[in-house]
Amino acid sequence: MSRIVGIDLGTTNSLVAYMEGGFPRVIPDAEGHVLLPSVVGFTADGILVGDAAKRQLVRNPTRTIYSVKRLMGKGYEDVKKELRYFPFHVVPSDEVVKIRVADREVTPPEVSALILRALKERAEAHLGEPVTKAVITVPAYFNDSQRQATKDAGRIAGLEVLRIVNEPTAASLAYGLHRLKEGTVAVYDLGGGTFDISILRVKDGIFEVLATNGNTHLGGDDFDRAVVDWLLADIKARHGADLRADLEALQELRLGAEAAKCRLSFEERTVLTIPLPQHGFTYRREISRAELETLIEPLVQQTLGPCRLALADAGLSANAVDEVVLVGGSTRVPLVKRRVQELFGKTPHSQLNPDEVVAVGAAVQADILAGGITNMLLLDVTPLSLGIETLGGVMSVLTPRNMTIPTSAKELFTTSVDGQTVVDMHVLQGERELVKDNRSLARFELSGIDPMPAGMPRIEVTFLIDANGILQVNARELRTGKAASIEVKPSYGLTDTEVERMIEESFVHAEEDVASRLLIEARNEADTVIRATERALGQGSGLIGQEETAQINGALAALKAARDGSDRDAIRAATERLNQATLHLAEVLMDSALKEALTAKRVTEALGKPER
Amino acid sequence: MTEAKRGEGVTRSARDLCWNCQSEVGGEYFCPQCVKVQPASVWSDYFDVFGLPRKLGLDLEELQRRFYDWSRKFHPDLFQRATPEEQAISLENSALVNTAYRTLRDPIARVEYLIGLEEGAVKGIPPKAPLDLLEEMLLVQEALEGAKASALDAQTQKRLTDERARLAERRRAEEERLLDVSREWDALVEGSSAASRDRDDLRRKLLDRMKGILAVRAYLTTVINDLSDALGEDSQTHVSHRRH
Repeated sequence: MSRIVGIDLGTTNSLVAYMEGGFPRVIPDAEGHVLLPSVVGFTADGILVGDAAKRQLVRNPTRTIYSVKRLMGKGYEDVKKELRYFPFHVVPSDEVVKIRVADREVTPPEVSALILRALKERAEAHLGEPVTKAVITVPAYFNDSQRQATKDAGRIAGLEVLRIVNEPTAASLAYGLHRLKEGTVAVYDLGGGTFDISILRVKDGIFEVLATNGNTHLGGDDFDRAVVDWLLADIKARHGADLRADLEALQELRLGAEAAKCRLSFEERTVLTIPLPQHGFTYRREISRAELETLIEPLVQQTLGPCRLALADAGLSANAVDEVVLVGGSTRVPLVKRRVQELFGKTPHSQLNPDEVVAVGAAVQADILAGGITNMLLLDVTPLSLGIETLGGVMSVLTPRNMTIPTSAKELFTTSVDGQTVVDMHVLQGERELVKDNRSLARFELSGIDPMPAGMPRIEVTFLIDANGILQVNARELRTGKAASIEVKPSYGLTDTEVERMIEESFVHAEEDVASRLLIEARNEADTVIRATERALGQGSGLIGQEETAQINGALAALKAARDGSDRDAIRAATERLNQATLHLAEVLMDSALKEALTAKRVTEALGKPER
Repeated sequence: MTEAKRGEGVTRSARDLCWNCQSEVGGEYFCPQCVKVQPASVWSDYFDVFGLPRKLGLDLEELQRRFYDWSRKFHPDLFQRATPEEQAISLENSALVNTAYRTLRDPIARVEYLIGLEEGAVKGIPPKAPLDLLEEMLLVQEALEGAKASALDAQTQKRLTDERARLAERRRAEEERLLDVSREWDALVEGSSAASRDRDDLRRKLLDRMKGILAVRAYLTTVINDLSDALGEDSQTHVSHRRH
């Protein structure tokens, strides 16, 4: 069985990890960084992912997508209120979110797929073998649409997603490897864009989730936004400048606010300096930890309600929890730590790196699936009640929230009109009484029912939530035992056909990407040769004849012309010709350098050899 | 949908031969010949899943231990590398074990499920206002209507908050009564002293009392939720573990 990797697909950063000989390892990139910024840039030269995309964000704000996780499994209506915080353009529609970049529209699963593909390639380079299977983590409070969107992203990236696992539970597995005593554990997970609280009981290697709650739209991003809004007001007051419509300045402010927030976890005060040449001033502002805490206190308070609800659902009081674990980068904020400590009345664990612990947990779950770890088993729950629409727009619950998964419920349907051959069902998730207050997941159409008098057909529909927390629906007519055919129309998701199309497109784009990468490499090589030739001509022009100089200059001009075109073969051919034309010059230079070296008595060696 | 109806999936049916190799399995969950997992269709009800008598007083530690044992046998994680057939069986068996565990672990759901077993599938228990509270409930409804029409003043807010606390207290009292009746039920099931006709009478009486309490409890929960909504609070906060 090929190796299964564990992936933490985060709002801000993503990571990939695997298990090796019973130990989890987080895989670094070529420069040794384990965090891949979850940023995708669409540029004229191709698609950039990670640090490269993040570096050009301020210059290319409308075509650089970040925090796409907040848009996963969402409709335009869900996110339109926060769109003012995003520089990229989300297209108004009544279905799944679509982002316009240059001449094409992309969906959040496609953008996430680019991040996943970068992680897949990183893992392949590190392991030296193809990686095709993965466990991917999601916030525990993700609904069915958001989970499905994550699974779709994996498929588009060429990964078979063997399991969607909840982030706080994954973290508990990571801790469970060595550090957890048996008892009740609360995992408080505040990431870049999402918040989860999970209450577990750990006993005899079983990690039983008792209850979970959260907010899939609350995280460090919101801290940054609070700071940015405060800075905007301050800039308006002190400089009279309104920067709300300046996309580049907003990105500078956002990155500045994020960096200042991080520094304030270790320092009492810090200074924010943001050059704004386009407005003719540089903005400087000192911000203290106390000021930051005033700004984010309401947001931190918003996490405590879900904690109390989860405790109530688990049937526990806060002080009955034996251990508290902190997960997610935002739990580095001292105010967050303080509030969690106050709520549970004990010092939380944070020994494991809060950025890496979820990816490590995903790798542990991957090893459980691969049969490597046999003494740990995770029993997770579904975060939201599942139901169907009944008469009067009321939701009838089939499976209550916090049920251990997998779980299933059966419901009988029949027809209301003579000869009816099709029955519709509307499936929802949420805790409210009325359909309109809950999340619409999908409409299912049962068809192929034999024409009978109204009320005669008895169609048994099984709603099964699998171990990924994803709904599967099956139906059969009880009289005939025949399986009924079901067509699924996801409310805020992609149909199978759309995912298939995206998988195909991603191959085409992958080829385009390879082509553009090869072009960039050819240009880089040309640039190196051009620079070397110019330097050589400067040093050795007296050592060669005029004719030869003219020949070299001719080849140099030809390469410069080719380099600005986009014909990779032409660039490589011109590079080769220039290399040939300068062979003699290089020899001459080498000879003269040797002579010099003999007289200079190896001074260079004494100075130490430069790297190039 | 009631717990009892969910339990319909559990029926005793002959399962003599392994679906894979057709050899005798004799009620085992893994075929003695080919070791393939077998559909868990021999359990007659949720109590039977855990080998427990049909009683309302349960040793929760023991229940959990047996639940963990089944999970270690049936969970889909353990069938990742198995055939699609085995994966489907593991999924169904796990779903059944999970539902059975959650139903029996919750004292209220346990009673609802038992009533379903004893009286056949019933479509929920309709909420019913407690007779002694009828007048008070009318006043609450009036106040709720008023709250819908205009913003709450401090006085009304306090009144509704107090009312909610009183109803929550009453609900707890009802749940206590349910536990008392549950103990009587268990005594009846265990005992063998009374004549069988008297036993049947008592059995029916106890079931009716349980249904009565559950109906009142459902009603109280609805009003408590309405009060929370009117007070502008998430009704989740004040609901106990389950919605129904």
